[in-house]
Amino acid sequence: MSYGSDDRRMQAEPGTEGLNRSTMVNTPKIRMRGVRKAFGPKRVLDGVDLDVAAGQGVVILGGSGSGKSVTIKCILGLITPDEGIIEIDGVDVLKLPRREREALGDRIGMLFQNGALFDSLPVWENVCFKLLAQNRITRAKARDRAAEVLAQVGLAETVGDLSPAELSGGMQKRVALARAIAAQPDIIFFDEPTTGLDPIMGAVIDGLIVDCVKRLGATAVSITHDMASARRIGETAAMIHKGRIVWTGPAGNLGHSGNAMVDQFANGLREGPIQMELRR
Amino acid sequence: MAAILLDPLAAIGRATLGACRAVGDVALFALEGVSHLVRPPFYGRLFWHAFVEVAWFSLPVVALTAVFTGMVLALQSYTGFARFNAQSAIASVVVISLVRELGPVLAALMVAGRIGASFAAEIGTMRVTDQIDALTTLSTNPMKYLVAPRLLAATLALPLLVLVADVLGVMGGWLIGTLKLGFVSAAYLKSTFDFLQTGDVISGLVKAAAFGFIIALMGTWCGYRSKGGAQGVGGATTAAVVASSILILALDYVLTEIFFAQ
Repeated sequence: MSYGSDDRRMQAEPGTEGLNRSTMVNTPKIRMRGVRKAFGPKRVLDGVDLDVAAGQGVVILGGSGSGKSVTIKCILGLITPDEGIIEIDGVDVLKLPRREREALGDRIGMLFQNGALFDSLPVWENVCFKLLAQNRITRAKARDRAAEVLAQVGLAETVGDLSPAELSGGMQKRVALARAIAAQPDIIFFDEPTTGLDPIMGAVIDGLIVDCVKRLGATAVSITHDMASARRIGETAAMIHKGRIVWTGPAGNLGHSGNAMVDQFANGLREGPIQMELRR
Repeated sequence: MAAILLDPLAAIGRATLGACRAVGDVALFALEGVSHLVRPPFYGRLFWHAFVEVAWFSLPVVALTAVFTGMVLALQSYTGFARFNAQSAIASVVVISLVRELGPVLAALMVAGRIGASFAAEIGTMRVTDQIDALTTLSTNPMKYLVAPRLLAATLALPLLVLVADVLGVMGGWLIGTLKLGFVSAAYLKSTFDFLQTGDVISGLVKAAAFGFIIALMGTWCGYRSKGGAQGVGGATTAAVVASSILILALDYVLTEIFFAQ
């Protein structure tokens, strides 16, 4: 069943009318060039360059405070970078008018680190929030759609009537995943999808992410510092350090990439080029 | 030495700049919130939910405040006016004081404590748990979804609450006047209605609408701009109540000048 996004995918994106099909094929789904962002005196992004091909699963790795979350918040439009280019399907989203930028959000799904479920709404309304907010579906149909998507993430239909506060951490993550995929986006972001979960539940969530992304044929960008999770959900990995992408390569090579920073990070070594800023 | 002398000046300068920034930010926030009231989509369910929260669930606290205020006003007026044999003016003093000033101001202060704090805490929690960012990623404008319905609901609900407060406050004065001070019921009520003018009621209702807007504005603004987890939300809640209370009293003076200055 389609809820509008497939139809929209067939249409030309704003500003791409002049691009022919071969250009579209070669254009990265997401392209970042020289993206910089500072908060006061602290420079968080210092010239991020990143290409994500359509349908690819990319994992951005990095320590705490390295700029992972800010990177995806810049792509999502939650933070405006100080300079640089961010393109989605070849369109510079930073130059889009506000309305078109908001429309672009219809094709994007996001799973937040803590779920960010709306605690004033039952689970089923959380799952179909975007469809209901845009009047793309009636409330009766939204219930059915929520049950369908909850089943895809391994949750019973009865969960739909619960409040998010009544769910365990793992169930909240699954509901958040269901919400991210309910409107059938073609780009999905995952912010630390396994943080706070036990290893088994982490593996379950990773499996669900891989299945859902494959089913939708979506482009997935995840940020994590969980190496096991990175290997499971990513085809390509990118390492960010001090606000710059310092390495990209196959996620399977993590730990033996040949890049000293990546190998130190992936193997959790104390000694290496990455020095944690500790105050004594 | 110069640094010691300049430090307090620098602090005053920083505070002034901060205050100017905050005033500008509140003004822009209010404009954006109001602009979403006239641009679709409209969230009728959210408006209704907020309206019921403000109007219906604040009713008990506003009603009790109004009744006791009317009772105290009648008693205090009696003790004062009895010295000049002017007890007959008590009914008119009670009704004018309540309808013009005490009804709108006390109802607004009670609602500021209840609703302003609740708006700030709810939106602040949404801010620090990424729920507001989640709204944006779900193609929903947070100003339209969270702020506009609350602004409208509080602006429309406060006048209704104040109408109820006016009636109950007068009833409180009448109860004391007839049961304790020995007034004849019909004479007390006649005196009440003889002195009350339509302009008194309208000015009170206009004040109430303005106070409702201020309460919702400060509650949503403080919540929306909150940072830093539980402590930030607590700070936002306190700031919302304090700011809206002060603004209510200041605006009351301004509106009184506009309505009643000779």
